[in-house]
Amino acid sequence: MGKAWKFGDSISTDLIAPGRYFHLRSNLPELTKHVLEGARPEFSSQVHSGDFVVAGENFGLGSSREHAPTIIKVAGVKAVLAKSFARIFFRNCINIGLPAITCNTDEIDEGDELELDMEKGVVRNKTKGKELDFPPLPHVMNRILQEGGLVVFIKAHKSMEI
Amino acid sequence: MAGKTLSEKIIGEHCGREVKAGEVVIVDVDLSYVQDGTGPLTVRRMKEMGLEKAYNPKKTIFFLDHASPSPRMELSNDHELLRDFARKAGITLSDVGNGISHHNSLEKYACPGDIIVGADSHTCTNGALGAFGTGMGSTDVAAAIALGKTWMKVPDTYLVEVNGKLPKGVYSKDVILHLIGSISANGATYKALEFTGDTISGMSTAARSTIANMSVEAGAKAGLFTPDDETRNFLKAMGREEAFRDLKSDEDAEFEKRIEINADELEPLIACPHLVDNVKKISEIGKVKVDEVFIGTSCNGRLEDLHIAASILKGHTISPNLRVIVTPASRRVYMEALRDGTIETFMDAGALVTASGCGACDGVHLGILGDGEVCLATQPRNFKGRMGDADSFIYLGNPAVAAATALTGEISDPREVM
Repeated sequence: MGKAWKFGDSISTDLIAPGRYFHLRSNLPELTKHVLEGARPEFSSQVHSGDFVVAGENFGLGSSREHAPTIIKVAGVKAVLAKSFARIFFRNCINIGLPAITCNTDEIDEGDELELDMEKGVVRNKTKGKELDFPPLPHVMNRILQEGGLVVFIKAHKSMEI
Repeated sequence: MAGKTLSEKIIGEHCGREVKAGEVVIVDVDLSYVQDGTGPLTVRRMKEMGLEKAYNPKKTIFFLDHASPSPRMELSNDHELLRDFARKAGITLSDVGNGISHHNSLEKYACPGDIIVGADSHTCTNGALGAFGTGMGSTDVAAAIALGKTWMKVPDTYLVEVNGKLPKGVYSKDVILHLIGSISANGATYKALEFTGDTISGMSTAARSTIANMSVEAGAKAGLFTPDDETRNFLKAMGREEAFRDLKSDEDAEFEKRIEINADELEPLIACPHLVDNVKKISEIGKVKVDEVFIGTSCNGRLEDLHIAASILKGHTISPNLRVIVTPASRRVYMEALRDGTIETFMDAGALVTASGCGACDGVHLGILGDGEVCLATQPRNFKGRMGDADSFIYLGNPAVAAATALTGEISDPREVM
């Protein structure tokens, strides 16, 4: 179980992993200290392991920098929930093993206690006593995520045949 | 059976069977590349995968373009990692000063009908030649480099038909800004955009590449143009006419949506802070004082763009209230602009010209914005904090707007000085 951190629409990769920290991309622990700094400066110092990032439309638009979802994961975030995701960001999340869940995030408020059940395809809002369904991932993405990400998958199979 | 779109044809050729939009398929990749912001992670992912060789080293390129040359020790070390790995794996290295990945790709590597994956979101720029270029993250490109394959969903296509004559002071930048403003920054998420119409037929490859480049700003996976005589002439000028091939969507292809744009009615447009779809007519934005004008990037750093700006600046001096930074997209563009006097025009006017590369666009160096500063840039993005301080402001416009702004110190309509 973890706490919801609410964000608005159009959270760009420049808000998640700003270009001014470009030189820290090979130093993920340092870069993680600035995660989502452009949107909520207090986030990186106050987020707890198991918390959730909860946002509106088009989360992760912009750059292909995989560092953006990676530092969200390194910060301990359990999953990103949004009404919709930008394409490259979504794919990056799955590849690095960070669940990116598309659901109606209007049903979640800041600080709500959430629980994620990937198998049943449901987010349980313990604070509100509500369950939010989400659609299953496409087969390819589901396999990659289940095996722990694309690196683990390819290391095991040495092939793209998914 | 219905005909095929350009995307369906290209993807079908790369997985050995006919495909329809919506299918998920494994495809062969013709060209893979990374840049210095994403490449170090790609190298580490390849090592973690236990695959340290490139499947096709000659068609794998490492571009050092974001920090070109490196302004910081940490980035110098990242560059060394990339140079060393490229040397050992036989991968082609495009070192600092050669310029932006996508522009070099158009000049040297991309062919109509190719599938190109790049660890840079603007890899869709390759669509200007009719290549299916798409941006991915470091791990996806690591897999593509090592295995020569990737997986992708065959996208539905929006056909964007642009007809008419672009008025004075209006360019391809305004066509794509108009589209993004109309359909929004996620209006084409997961879709391919295909551009057609007589305005498009009359455009140079450079002008098309501005549109292809910014397709991702509407969320699109690719932004495609039909290879035509202009494409053939461009490839010929680059010394590789043999790369040309005819390829187009079938007449009865199924397009999910058709969007029409009347070029005659367009005006110079500005994307206002802090989102690319916050598009307004230049006549609507009022007085905006500017601290920095930036002309360059994968979007508008080509010779044609520099010519547009230089023609307005020629014989004039920039406003004393701002700085003007020009960054040619590639070494070739820089050399041509040197030879034809364009660089001299910029320098005479009081602008500064940097080495070719991505430059100030993403806040690494060569024009970082300070607290409260305002920039008018020809680049593709204006997200909050992108070019430096979190409290700076980025407006996007075409190269003529940039030059007119350079003269007055505030965002200005180029039609008044042309």
